Amino acid sequence: MDVKSEILTRYNAKVFKNRKDHILRIDGASDGAQEIAANTRAIPGIMTNRGCCYAGCKGVVVGPIRDAVTITHGPIGCGFYSWGTRRNKARPGPDGKNFIQYCFSTDMQEPDIVFGGDKKLRQAIKEAVEIFQPRTIFICSTCPVGLIGDDIHAVAAEAEKLYGITCVSFSCEGYKGVSQSGGHHIANNGLMKRVIGSSDTPPATKYSVNLLGEYNIGGDGWEVERVLKRIGYEVVSVFTGNGSVEQISRAHLANLNLVQCHRSINYVAEMMKTAYGVDWLKVNFIGVGAICASLRAIAEYFGDEELKGRTEQVIAEETAEIAEDMAFFRDRLTGKTAALFVGGSRAHHYQALLGDLGVRTVLAGYEFAHRDDYEGRDIIPAIKEDADSKNIEQLVPEKDPKRYRAFLSPERYDELRRAIDLEAYRGMMRDMPDGSWVVDDLNHFETEEFTRFLRPDIFFSGIKDKYVLQKGGTLSRQLHSYDYSGPYAGFKGAVIFGRDLVMGLYAPAWNMVTPPWKKGKTEGKSNA
Amino acid sequence: MRQVAIYGKGGIGKSTTTQNLNAGLATMGKSIMIVGCDPKADSTRLILGGLAQTSVLDTLREEGEDIELELVLKKGFGGIRCVESGGPEPGVGCAGRGIITSINLLERLGAYTDDLDYVFYDVLGDVVCGGFAMPRREGKAQEIYIVCSGEMMALYAANNISKGIRKYANTGGVRLGGLICNSRKVDGEAELVSAVAKELGTQMIHFVPRDNMVQRAEINKKTVIEYDPGCAQADEYRTLAQKVDGNDMFIIPQPLTQDRLEALLMEHGILDS
Repeated sequence: MDVKSEILTRYNAKVFKNRKDHILRIDGASDGAQEIAANTRAIPGIMTNRGCCYAGCKGVVVGPIRDAVTITHGPIGCGFYSWGTRRNKARPGPDGKNFIQYCFSTDMQEPDIVFGGDKKLRQAIKEAVEIFQPRTIFICSTCPVGLIGDDIHAVAAEAEKLYGITCVSFSCEGYKGVSQSGGHHIANNGLMKRVIGSSDTPPATKYSVNLLGEYNIGGDGWEVERVLKRIGYEVVSVFTGNGSVEQISRAHLANLNLVQCHRSINYVAEMMKTAYGVDWLKVNFIGVGAICASLRAIAEYFGDEELKGRTEQVIAEETAEIAEDMAFFRDRLTGKTAALFVGGSRAHHYQALLGDLGVRTVLAGYEFAHRDDYEGRDIIPAIKEDADSKNIEQLVPEKDPKRYRAFLSPERYDELRRAIDLEAYRGMMRDMPDGSWVVDDLNHFETEEFTRFLRPDIFFSGIKDKYVLQKGGTLSRQLHSYDYSGPYAGFKGAVIFGRDLVMGLYAPAWNMVTPPWKKGKTEGKSNA
Repeated sequence: MRQVAIYGKGGIGKSTTTQNLNAGLATMGKSIMIVGCDPKADSTRLILGGLAQTSVLDTLREEGEDIELELVLKKGFGGIRCVESGGPEPGVGCAGRGIITSINLLERLGAYTDDLDYVFYDVLGDVVCGGFAMPRREGKAQEIYIVCSGEMMALYAANNISKGIRKYANTGGVRLGGLICNSRKVDGEAELVSAVAKELGTQMIHFVPRDNMVQRAEINKKTVIEYDPGCAQADEYRTLAQKVDGNDMFIIPQPLTQDRLEALLMEHGILDS
């Protein structure tokens, strides 16, 4: 019996029926035609690792924007536990503003629930304006705000008039949608409606790009920007790591959108295409091979020979600089195996970097991805809409008659569509080796079972299962926050990642610990 | 201590009936507390002679958690202790949570003293959420009376409230003590309400006739018993008080299906007049 059957037989009929479609083994012969169930509700009672809608909106997309004050409207827990935990880094921009080290919350108490929290929210905005003088305030709703129906949008509109600021409110109550994915979408809609296109300061150069779905965890975005700037690109804005409202407001004027995390930001990419004609390109800056391929595709998009030449030159220099380190780490890591359970894109991206280091991925899963992240965007028309996805607004912006412009001629566009991942994403599963496992919304039970069966050397996941894994003797690293490390993106990041892996695997401290649940047994035996 | 909750459709006369009933019980020498569970905070006006009562939640908001019971509990006619839960203005916040908070706070403040014969909860018309069901949860009110009339919507509401009582009957032990008909002078009213009560498995405990005396007393911020103890309507409320005090019929209601309820309405002459 394979591991899937082993796991499923432990479930009751209803859970069995649900989970069987979320687990599959890559069949190389299928040529990427395998179908997986994703973006459906987690089963009550199962310990899922998923986050909530608020986590997706505030924690992922809106939170990293440095020059806006993001107020969590709700009891203090939601604000507190989303404070700095993703390790999005930011430095103040030219205006000197950087608020991301703060945690702003309305700290709702019982009387606020009973009498409505709007008064306290107004007060919080007033205080934020007086103390920090932000040009922008974001308001993120938590569950109780939705339950009692505080009209945060009216408060935001009022604050705009009163203080002459931009105030954007997000109805991202935790219970909305099936995971944090709904929150990404809500945040994307808000940025599109209120921020993108609100300034018309043009980029200085032709090779202008936005970096979408890069959250600067552990400084990832800085490393990617460094490389892009070396080649000669102008990074107009980053969504949203070390990003700013000031940059994002002029994102529509860039010539190309580079999409790193497809799941969390594809909505903005598509909407900017519809409204302003900006093309988008799926890239991956995690893994040396992947970065090189992405840089070449970007150069191909702009089609300039000199740019292509500079790209090759930078690639040559950067790879030469890290070659020795990478060879050393590869030598120590070759033959190791990894399991990945993270995000809606990272489980895919990191397979490239692991491959560079000779590590084989035996299992990969996403917490909150949709079917297109697994199977590729081609299948989007086949995804059945359900009540949960309809609950989140599907914003379809109008084409902006004045500002819409196409960078490419229709012929060149068609030609490039065939050559590079222009407005295309092939999904994770096509890049996975025959016989490896794919599990959507992996839960704690399945994590333990798969670990037992597959015995990966390292399990990349998050805080919720990291310590269970480590106490069981399997090294675990958080790919949501990189623990205390990073950056892992870009050329220099690859080296740091290799170093962290070697450190972890060659100091197998967790293997030497007898976990508490095995302790009793051993003692019992020795006594007998 | 008997804890009693009065429910019924909005505008049916719950507060008026409760206060007049309580005035009747008070004249029988009973020791009573009324807990108004309506954000409008108008459940104790007749007992207190229109005194503006500071609600529990307003006090909580202004004074914090450090509240003295005397601030929120006032004595009125016949020594009846009056508390208003209070709540948010319409359209904001959560009135249901307010009731839960308020009742919990009253318990902590020691409002439920052993010398009380009765605690009455006067609850807002529609039990729209868990908060408004609070008085019948967690072993609080053990008996419920539904104020209704022979009007169709009032009986719909009574039937719906019965469904709610059934839900909490097994966990909280709450029982239905009867329907109080607060007459609207519709055709065949007493018969119809009795018939519905019978189908629910309960009784129409009293038929309170319509009398302008109630209106006159209300304008004067008094219960009928206080305003004109000798009038016929005062007798009706005293009778109601005696019936409630002597009531021993407490049941888990069997709610009617929509069809059955409508059939009863047809049968008892709403449509043939």
